[in-house]
Amino acid sequence: MDAVSEPARGESFVLEPRALQALLDAIVAEGYQIRGPLVRDHAVCLDEVTRVEQLPVGWTDEQEGGHYRLTRRGGSALFGCGVGQDSWKRLLHRPLALLWSAERDDGGLALSEPHEEPARFAFFGVRPCDLAAINIQDGILAAGRYPDPFYRARRQGLLTVVANCTSAGGTCFCASMGTGPRAESGFDLALTELWPDTANHALLVETGSDAGTRLLAAVPRRPAGDPERREADEATRRAVEQMGRRLDTSDIHGMLMGNLEHPRWAEVARRCLACGNCTLVCPTCFCTNFEDGGDLELRHAERTRRWDSCFTLGFTRLHGGPVRRKIRSRYRQWMTHKLATWFDQFGTSGCVGCGRCITWCPVGIDLTEESAAIRASDGRSGR
Amino acid sequence: MPGKKRLAVWKLASCDGCQLSLLDLEDELLRIAGAFEIAYFVEASSATAEGPYDLSLVEGSIATAHQAARIREIRRESRLLVPIGACATAGGIQALRNFRDFGPFATAVYPRPEQLDALETSTPVAAHVPIDFELRGCPINKRQALEVLSALLAGRTPKGGSHSVCIECKLRGTVCVMVARQLPCMGPVTHAGCGALCPAYGRGCYGCYGPMETPNTGSWSGWWQQRGMDEPDLRDVFRTFNAWAEAFREESERHGS
Repeated sequence: MDAVSEPARGESFVLEPRALQALLDAIVAEGYQIRGPLVRDHAVCLDEVTRVEQLPVGWTDEQEGGHYRLTRRGGSALFGCGVGQDSWKRLLHRPLALLWSAERDDGGLALSEPHEEPARFAFFGVRPCDLAAINIQDGILAAGRYPDPFYRARRQGLLTVVANCTSAGGTCFCASMGTGPRAESGFDLALTELWPDTANHALLVETGSDAGTRLLAAVPRRPAGDPERREADEATRRAVEQMGRRLDTSDIHGMLMGNLEHPRWAEVARRCLACGNCTLVCPTCFCTNFEDGGDLELRHAERTRRWDSCFTLGFTRLHGGPVRRKIRSRYRQWMTHKLATWFDQFGTSGCVGCGRCITWCPVGIDLTEESAAIRASDGRSGR
Repeated sequence: MPGKKRLAVWKLASCDGCQLSLLDLEDELLRIAGAFEIAYFVEASSATAEGPYDLSLVEGSIATAHQAARIREIRRESRLLVPIGACATAGGIQALRNFRDFGPFATAVYPRPEQLDALETSTPVAAHVPIDFELRGCPINKRQALEVLSALLAGRTPKGGSHSVCIECKLRGTVCVMVARQLPCMGPVTHAGCGALCPAYGRGCYGCYGPMETPNTGSWSGWWQQRGMDEPDLRDVFRTFNAWAEAFREESERHGS
């Protein structure tokens, strides 16, 4: 396994697991800060990773509605865990951001905007569903007439190393949403883990950009052959079969918007805590609120932006009070936006099938189940 | 420029912990004293001045007839009245007596209960007089207190919502202890404000800030019932510092007397 010639974009290679450290080193040498999955606080979190041993090697997770457990499976699998509570949104679309501040002195008011050196992040081990989510947030936050400068600054220099899924979790349904378990494009490099826990353990690496291809120059590798390609296809197919959830997306816009008075909305509202967890763990939810603050001397003022949720009363507070007072209308707003009206607004579904909203709902409410229940007793006339 | 705003801090039936939280603003105390005339705050100074006051912060619940009269006087003397802490906003831990006959408690605790002049119940400030804002918590968060003071001076609305503690957990990136560790965490039904302190240290939320804006306590209890929490525990988990807050009171009563 030696680098015999310069890698070319579009080619696939095979790395031995220990060569992954050379890849991490090459990424760091290019000036990137690597963020990747590691075990912390009983879950897989996304944080700084520079060594292969930091990855959740030998761990796996159990995910159900309102239930997440990390368990030791042993063995050598590097990517045996699915997505955790954290999504990459935390790094690109930060929970809290200072927008501007102002200082008052005798001469008047001086306004200043925060100056942030754009971080150059390399996201390592991005699951295909989460790559799709980044693409969705790109379309909302980085495009159009008023792009978000904070998001764009962090997004522009981003390097993405995908980890395709060779197993699926109990709340996964990316296959229904067409976002996984294998990423087709939009990455710099994509890894598929082959034959873990055997002597043949290896990683298939696909190159998706010049930046990604260049990184491989210093990494011991060999060209991928048919056995590796076939196993990657097989592993992906197995993941599809393992999906713990599915969502029927046929005519989902018409189905949901034609059932706005369906009794199921009141039923789910009896269970929904309106705590906002689903929206904050969702990798595409992007809503924020603005808060003004200042000091006791009235010399300093600042405006901050923080993640908000359509499940809070304050989210729709207008003159006279909040618009969506009932939990029923808040849950309905969230789910119809995510699965239906997102198409009207942004041209795609707002859901990538990562399953976080199911796993991290404290009482295990499952939008695939809610959608299926409404579809099963579709209240539209003639059905 | 007009004179400084006049600040008063009052104590009713309480443990003084919220006042101590104010005094714990060590780095800011001189600035507060510079921005306000601290006209009445006997925990800080025995020098007191007559009203009226621009802002009265009230710690404690109304547990005696004297306190019931006092809160009316305070209201008359105060342009803005802000109850601080679980006692003042919900009746406090001492409101546990509201669920029982008061007489036997008095007899059990005091050798001469006839000397007591206490009401049958402990109730929040808002049950007696109109209020302008409130700061939850047992005790209050000193940063929130500072925010209320700064906001008053600037004539703006203080920051902070009445949503769940969960939102604060997610903002700071704490892994959900209810989902990942099956700890009975009251965060989903509890008012934000503490910054999600307990879950950050690997414990479930105790509900110190009382019910959030639209608490679905029934769903929370149902989830834990299915996971083996028994009726006495479900009653007791809602019956702590904010036991007399409506949503917590009603939920606790669904699980026992």
